Amino acid sequence: MGANPPGTGAEADQLGAILRDHWWAAVASITRRTGDLEVAEDAVQEACAAAVTQWPRDGLPPSPSAWLITTAWHKAVDLMRRDALRATREAEAAQEVAGGLADPAGRAGQPIEPEGASGAVGDDELALIFACCHPALDPAVRVALTLRSVCGLTTAEIAAAFVVPEPTMAQRLVRAKRKIRQAGIPLTVPRLDALAGRLNAVLRVVYLVFTEGHRAAGDAGLIRAELCDEAIRLARQLCLVLPGEPEVAGLLALLLLTDARRAGRTAADGSLVLLADQNRALWNAGQIAAGERLVEAALRTGRPGPYQLQAAIAACHSTAASAEATDWRQIAALYRELVRYEPTPVVLANQAVAVAMADSAEAGLAILDQLASQGRLDRWPQLHIARAELLRRLGRRGDAAAAYELAIAAGPPGLPAAERDYIASRMADLATG
Amino acid sequence: MKYLFLLYGPDGPLPEPGTDEAAAMYERWSAATGPMAQAGVLIDCAPVQPASASTTLRVRNGEVVLTDGPAAEIKEHFGGFTLVQCADLDEALKWAATLPTAADGSIEIRPVISVSPG
Repeated sequence: MGANPPGTGAEADQLGAILRDHWWAAVASITRRTGDLEVAEDAVQEACAAAVTQWPRDGLPPSPSAWLITTAWHKAVDLMRRDALRATREAEAAQEVAGGLADPAGRAGQPIEPEGASGAVGDDELALIFACCHPALDPAVRVALTLRSVCGLTTAEIAAAFVVPEPTMAQRLVRAKRKIRQAGIPLTVPRLDALAGRLNAVLRVVYLVFTEGHRAAGDAGLIRAELCDEAIRLARQLCLVLPGEPEVAGLLALLLLTDARRAGRTAADGSLVLLADQNRALWNAGQIAAGERLVEAALRTGRPGPYQLQAAIAACHSTAASAEATDWRQIAALYRELVRYEPTPVVLANQAVAVAMADSAEAGLAILDQLASQGRLDRWPQLHIARAELLRRLGRRGDAAAAYELAIAAGPPGLPAAERDYIASRMADLATG
Repeated sequence: MKYLFLLYGPDGPLPEPGTDEAAAMYERWSAATGPMAQAGVLIDCAPVQPASASTTLRVRNGEVVLTDGPAAEIKEHFGGFTLVQCADLDEALKWAATLPTAADGSIEIRPVISVSPG
């Protein structure tokens, strides 16, 4: 949370959770009123700090959200007054105060009440996430900025997740917020003609927040699990506000289905467990069913897309009673469709694995060998791991060991510690067994 | 808000005036800038002399340092500009994408700082 409550215990946790729940709406509302994300975020941060001292003393306000926004608004006006360089904005703000909360968007007289007070995402919140995910921003910073401005993670938490020093992350975030202001990146929901393209950028960011969290956990394990939860929360809220967009539902389904396997993914000692070897009883059956329903409904609209297809693939895995019972023909067919949208080497490699399972190891290996010969995936350890697995299955032990060597040579940074450990154990098996 | 489109394309002289090539180029640009003018976003648009005629200026430790040529040696060169007045970056991006340079070169979009006297 932006303002860490003092002390520990359930009460502080609860307060932190309340503040985080209202962070997005508060930053979004103040951003619209001030036209400046940097000011809005600082103001909400200060309001949260005030809440941490006042709420435990005076009791929870009737509407925490309205309290936060009102308090943040006063802080924002103060911030802008102090900033002599922003003379124009100050004049607008002063006018707004004098004019009984008129605002540039023409919502004069509207009381300070967040549109998201009922828990639903309003236009302000959508506008904010669209701005944070604008294609004119560097792709990596879109993820960090969304975590900060929309999800309310602290700069320290985001820096830890990206494994960069905190001052570096702070500088990136400040630069991104300045670019939004200086370049005139709109703080409004995109017009209908631009919505599809801009929505893709938003979905991509939500997906990246999730994959950042889903990567094998290291020291930052707790934060990583939190990133998965944040991504699912974002996808869920986007789904509520954009019900007519099947790709949004597809993304939520994909995240739910993948996340449902979280408990089975790592062994007690923290090492990675491959999908085929996972204990399926550990998977979250309710979440799998929810994901399956979502992707089926989305596909019924007849407007397929990459997220729906990936979700359908994840559903095939998640609903199979065992690794052997997996419908690999269906998965291979879905990958063939996915290649049409995303003809990336990674998707092709995954298709090859599915073909190996559906048809023969030789057929899959032929596709992988061709990819490997193009050299584009030399630094992608998963290609070499996949090749090694197929070679091992074909009894070519020497070639398999060589492929594992290549996987290790390719990473880090590409290869998390848990996967390195996994390869080491496989190589030991090859050497002894 | 004013945006300056810096048009980067292959370096080389413009076609000779009066040739079919020059007429075709003029037509392609008019097809893009005409609608921009009608929409009221176009302020000015012009080509610049080739990179060989350019000089890059820097002041270091109070001294003016001039370099013959453009700032960086790349395949694309700054070849012209378009100045527009738009509501926000999305509108500017939409218009920039209609210019011929978007297809065969690249366009850098720079927000213009409005400097008022006094």
